[in-house]
Amino acid sequence: MLLKELSALASPLSQGQVDKLKQLTSELSAVQLAWVSGYLAASANQGQVVASDGAAQTSASQTVTILYGSQTGNGRGVATELAAKAQAQGYTVNLTSMGEYNVRQLKQETLLLAVVSTHGEGEAPDDAMELHKFLASKRAPKLDNLHYSVLALGDSSYEFYCQTGKDFDARFAALGAKQLLPLAECDVDYEQAAADWQDSVVEAVKPHIQTAGASVVSLAPAQASSSEFTKQKPYTAEVLVSQKLTGRDSDRDVRHVEIDLGESGITYQVGDALGIWFSNNQNLVNEIISGLALNPATEVTVGKEVLSLEAALTDKKELTQLYPGLVKAWAEFSANADLLALSEDKEQTRQFILKHQLADLVKIYPAKVTAEQLVEVLRPLTPRLYSIASSQAEVETEVHLTVALVEDEREGQARFGGASHFLASAEEGQEVKVYVEPNNHFRLPENPQTPVIMVGPGTGVAPFRAFMQQRVADGVEGNSWLFFGNPHFEQDFLYQVEWQQYLKNGDLSRLDVAFSRDQAEKVYVQHRITQQASLVWQWLQDGAHVYICGDAERMAKDVHQALLNVAVTEGGLTPEAAETYFEELRSSKRYQKDVY
Amino acid sequence: MSEQKLAVNEYLKIDSDYLRGTIQEGLDTQVTGSFSDGDQQLIKFHGFYQQDDRDLRNERKEQKLEPLYSFMLRARVPGGICSPAQWLDVDKISSTLTTSNSIRLTTRQTFQYHGIPKRNLKTLIQGLDRAALDSIAACGDVNRNVMCNPNPVESKLHQQAYAVAKELSDHLLPHTRAYAEIWLDEEKLLDTETHEPVYGKTYLPRKFKMAVSVPPDNDVDVYTNDLGFIAIAEQGELIGFNLVAGGGMGSTHGEVETFPRLADDFGFIKTADVIKFAEAVMTVQRDWGNRVNRKRSRLKYTIVDHGYDAFKAEVEKRAGVKFETKRDVVIGDRGDRYGWVEGIDNKWHLTLFIESGRIKDMPGKTLQTGLREIAKIHKGDFRMTSNQNMIIASVAAEDKAEIEGLARKHGLLGEVLSATRGHSIACVALPTCALAMAEAERYFPAFIDHIDALQQKHGISEQAIVVRMTGCPNGCARPFAAEIGLVGKAPGRYNLYLGASFEGTRLNKMHKENIQEAEILSELDGLFGRYAEERDAGETFGNFTVRIGVVKAVLDAAKDFHG
Repeated sequence: MLLKELSALASPLSQGQVDKLKQLTSELSAVQLAWVSGYLAASANQGQVVASDGAAQTSASQTVTILYGSQTGNGRGVATELAAKAQAQGYTVNLTSMGEYNVRQLKQETLLLAVVSTHGEGEAPDDAMELHKFLASKRAPKLDNLHYSVLALGDSSYEFYCQTGKDFDARFAALGAKQLLPLAECDVDYEQAAADWQDSVVEAVKPHIQTAGASVVSLAPAQASSSEFTKQKPYTAEVLVSQKLTGRDSDRDVRHVEIDLGESGITYQVGDALGIWFSNNQNLVNEIISGLALNPATEVTVGKEVLSLEAALTDKKELTQLYPGLVKAWAEFSANADLLALSEDKEQTRQFILKHQLADLVKIYPAKVTAEQLVEVLRPLTPRLYSIASSQAEVETEVHLTVALVEDEREGQARFGGASHFLASAEEGQEVKVYVEPNNHFRLPENPQTPVIMVGPGTGVAPFRAFMQQRVADGVEGNSWLFFGNPHFEQDFLYQVEWQQYLKNGDLSRLDVAFSRDQAEKVYVQHRITQQASLVWQWLQDGAHVYICGDAERMAKDVHQALLNVAVTEGGLTPEAAETYFEELRSSKRYQKDVY
Repeated sequence: MSEQKLAVNEYLKIDSDYLRGTIQEGLDTQVTGSFSDGDQQLIKFHGFYQQDDRDLRNERKEQKLEPLYSFMLRARVPGGICSPAQWLDVDKISSTLTTSNSIRLTTRQTFQYHGIPKRNLKTLIQGLDRAALDSIAACGDVNRNVMCNPNPVESKLHQQAYAVAKELSDHLLPHTRAYAEIWLDEEKLLDTETHEPVYGKTYLPRKFKMAVSVPPDNDVDVYTNDLGFIAIAEQGELIGFNLVAGGGMGSTHGEVETFPRLADDFGFIKTADVIKFAEAVMTVQRDWGNRVNRKRSRLKYTIVDHGYDAFKAEVEKRAGVKFETKRDVVIGDRGDRYGWVEGIDNKWHLTLFIESGRIKDMPGKTLQTGLREIAKIHKGDFRMTSNQNMIIASVAAEDKAEIEGLARKHGLLGEVLSATRGHSIACVALPTCALAMAEAERYFPAFIDHIDALQQKHGISEQAIVVRMTGCPNGCARPFAAEIGLVGKAPGRYNLYLGASFEGTRLNKMHKENIQEAEILSELDGLFGRYAEERDAGETFGNFTVRIGVVKAVLDAAKDFHG
């Protein structure tokens, strides 16, 4: 039932109230509607608003359960939009993270929509792992009464594209559930495909909804970090500082960026990420336009907007990350035999993408492309997420980030990552559009006295700076252990003097560092964990929570392996039991990762 | 009478368990590149200082990084002599374990490394140990590296003088096993009681410097030492020494109770009594020296405060021998003899001018590579001079050409050297020395260019003038014994001192305070002009400035230096 069809007869509201509600809702976007509904529901729970009779009567059989498994927030975003669309239809929606979903409820579900991403070599995001495993286990129930649909997010340049989504889709089917729609596979430029799926699946659900009572949404108040500012409607903040943290002889440029949230009222929790909308670098835009002999003033259409090519490339289009479709398109534009051959080979394409940008394509493979064609083939600019490196208990209306400038040199030409270059070269007062991306899977223990082991090499140390600020503000002493690593002690010891101060004050109990290039053999954080195995095990026995932040590809795996070994060598567990041990830690939120 | 509070370092020494302190813990912590404040005093006894790159202090503060700490380690090389094999090891260590990629020859005939990260200290000291070198007591409140004239001409006399220097160094070395335990992983002996028969638990009140000179050379600047031995020979055989004591350069700007001083003559002693006298002088200083105020704790103040006669009597009492009347001796040049010199044993010796003692590969001047290449073929030895130069000593006539070829190829030889530049030295100063208030080594070559130009202008280029520059009044380059002394006050600003004798037998005195380059040069321009016109035959610049009354002669430092 749509709100516009709502009348006083079908609701507990007076006609006047209905009119007011209609007027308000007509101004709101789907996401805002979802938020408002969540807000009202929460208010109702607190007894401030009387819950509607309809809601009270709604039975579980009529609920659409929307589950998401999300590492970077994209999956959560798609699921939230879906929830809003479903609510707009009057459905009762239960939106929840797979990580918080009680698997025993599964056999009662009748309508289930899942959004899940895939990472690395076909791995499930952290919050989806347990459900993913459960569905494949013998404990998984028959799901004969279930209708479902899965949307998979992935990156087609990887071999195991959308693998987790495929797994979910296949497992639901294997357990007897009925597919509402075929699996929707979405690439990095998922927005349009996801919107299409949301619309279709809302329609597909319709025949299975028996009644159309007033909807109640248990949109989980996922964040205390709520504000009106979102990915779609970010806050325009100002950069206060972009300070290089690495020494002058470092081979990397890592920045400490402070952003002023001003009067926005934005709140965040330690563990959250900040989404950054950035503008592409002017030199890069110019290089591409002049390289293709195009006119920067040429008008192009992006979505429903008509603007100059220059403006489109600066603020609307992704220029610094390639995707397979673009390589393929460029191969055709340029009719270059080498590029054509390369674009046919998935692995070669993937390697190529890692080392090139659009500007390189323009330079190496000259092509005749019109402004419209160019804009058409480029993906929309997407914001980048950075783990927040501050606590509001300490910095109040500021938010701090630790940003590694992505830079590379190709044929004498410096190439940069879009957002990191934007932030690294930002001067005081530079405007930047931001929003908070909550991360409920990276939270300090509820009991502040619980010991924490933090493993954060490189920029992975960012959230632990936030953790320490929070703990100091909360008056927690000690019970904290940080593992940090980077190439060189003298050059790359991010926030060195702050850690020294925390140690001196007793706020930080231990700091073990690994500087990989300061001696003949490379030493990483996992080696330090192994060296301290006995103490690590003792901390775990004392209930410590373990946090890992940073590189997902290698570091997080090596650290995981080192932890498993600790359980084997110090705890006397078998390798299988060690796996189970950490699996249990994970489900009890004692083992959390923020890896990318 | 209540016990007077001693200087902080005295308590550190007492509590250090014979110089161990918490150095091992400091090495183990990886969170900082520094040692604790207390250990920073103790590590000096092990031969190194903590420093940081002062050019980068502010920048790194912004980067939330601690200062760029590193260590300066000075080796103990009595008399400055090492073998080519040792030099090759010394050279290799500099390029593998230091960030400065250089070797710095010092004004006390040894070498030091700059830019050693803490994590490399142990490896470096072990490397020195394998080369039969060490850094024990190269710094700290002990007997420092013993200098000895490297006279390559009178080689027999030099041999005998060198043997004395070596014996002094060995005999007065601290006995603590802290160095062996911490750096060389030697076991803690079961009897952990360490005895310091000469020093005791608190060592000396302050550093203690010794030199052996072989007249007429005075390259070691014998009077600037706490204890000096001026060799006396008869028929080319060493028979004994004129003992001098109570010299020292260090002072503090603006504190008139501190002053540089040249040593007093005490009389002649026989070679056989050298150790007795050295021990006596050192123990009197150990027991009488000022342990309350470190700025007044050198031997020079002990002698001033207790009186010459009382000090002399106590030394004679402890030595069990009386001083004889000092022998007449001529004190001559403090410079080195550049180029080839033939010794009495028909061996040849090549003295290479090393500007500011910095051995480093630079464009067109591959000094470090050059010395390495020479070390690979050289059959004699290397001798570091107190003017921060290097002598390739004991070269057979037939090997001269090859060595000279290498020296020329690598820019160690061949540049025309002015008489003044050859007699002048500067300390390290910025950016590494924590004490420096102004530049020295980095600025000095350009400053000497100006002096050379002024001397040319006035037609006095042939006259060597001893010019010395330091970044602070601590005096590493012995600036108060220079005819033109420049001592740093602030960046770009120096005190100008004039009037020391060319031979190093009279101190200089401040002429102008806190002035900049332009004023220094205009002052010297005027004085050089008068010197060219008015000097007596053979009169040196320092003597001239005193004679015409530009400065008063400093005869009794305690009264005259500030007076």
